[in-house]
Amino acid sequence: MERDTESELARQLIAGEPEAFDRFVEYFRAKIFHYSWLMCGNREDAEEVAQETLLKVFESAEQLREPEKIRSWVFRIAKNACLMKRRKSIFAPGRELSLDEFMPAKHQDGGRVRIEIADWSSLPDGKAMRSEMRELLERAIRELPEVYRSVILLRDMEELSTQETAQILDVSDDVVKTRLHRARLAIRQRLDEYLRGNGVEVGGKRHGTAPAQ
Amino acid sequence: MEPHQHNDRCKEVFALLSDYLNLELPPEACQEIEAHIAGCSPCIEFAESLRKTVELCRQYHPTELPAPMGQEAKAQLLEAYGRMLAARTNSQPF
Repeated sequence: MERDTESELARQLIAGEPEAFDRFVEYFRAKIFHYSWLMCGNREDAEEVAQETLLKVFESAEQLREPEKIRSWVFRIAKNACLMKRRKSIFAPGRELSLDEFMPAKHQDGGRVRIEIADWSSLPDGKAMRSEMRELLERAIRELPEVYRSVILLRDMEELSTQETAQILDVSDDVVKTRLHRARLAIRQRLDEYLRGNGVEVGGKRHGTAPAQ
Repeated sequence: MEPHQHNDRCKEVFALLSDYLNLELPPEACQEIEAHIAGCSPCIEFAESLRKTVELCRQYHPTELPAPMGQEAKAQLLEAYGRMLAARTNSQPF
């Protein structure tokens, strides 16, 4: 659903229009569940977060002055509900990711510097994402330390802006940018290792280590 | 043609790639990055792999779905929604 459609749905909900409640609950329940499932790590917590978030949305809807901000408003509530469920992450310890650990290794090749990188050229852009890639991506996201995971979920999956994400997470814009970059680099590295190490078929083409030229 | 040196400039570009892909850099900084990567095949390859990573992340949606909502949970939400509508109606003069 586009942001405009979401805003319209929020307006209809506030106005008490028929069917708006069901549509709103169905749509946002799934979105909140996805976010909190990846943040909390289990279905039970994720379903509780979805319910608590929706309840809070209805209880405090009079504070929603700008329906066009519904997505960031809902996710701010969901983020707080996830924090209340906080347990030691079963996926990833909280640690800082540094840029250096994601710099690709380099080597000399006939007077040229080359980096160690898989052949990404024929990897599809995502529309034809195969289940194998999906699982790998999901694992890579879940293994990110929590502060990086929350940023990439809000910025790249929920397509919230840097400013919206900063407001939701109570951090500065620069912190969002830094964490987003490192989260993407960490995921890129996992995908790259996979493409190089397994030489598996992705999107119909066989991938492997980039041949030295 | 001089062989490319994997140098400090590559590291600077590496640090800014997400901001570049997000169009969150000032025009001058974008131009500098584009001028560098135009002559730097390792940076082109790396930037392309990061761009594809971002595309994959944007396309990704978990396959996991919530269980159908129970009647009790729905009733709880409907009740809260009803209170919200009542509060709004009461606060608005006819």
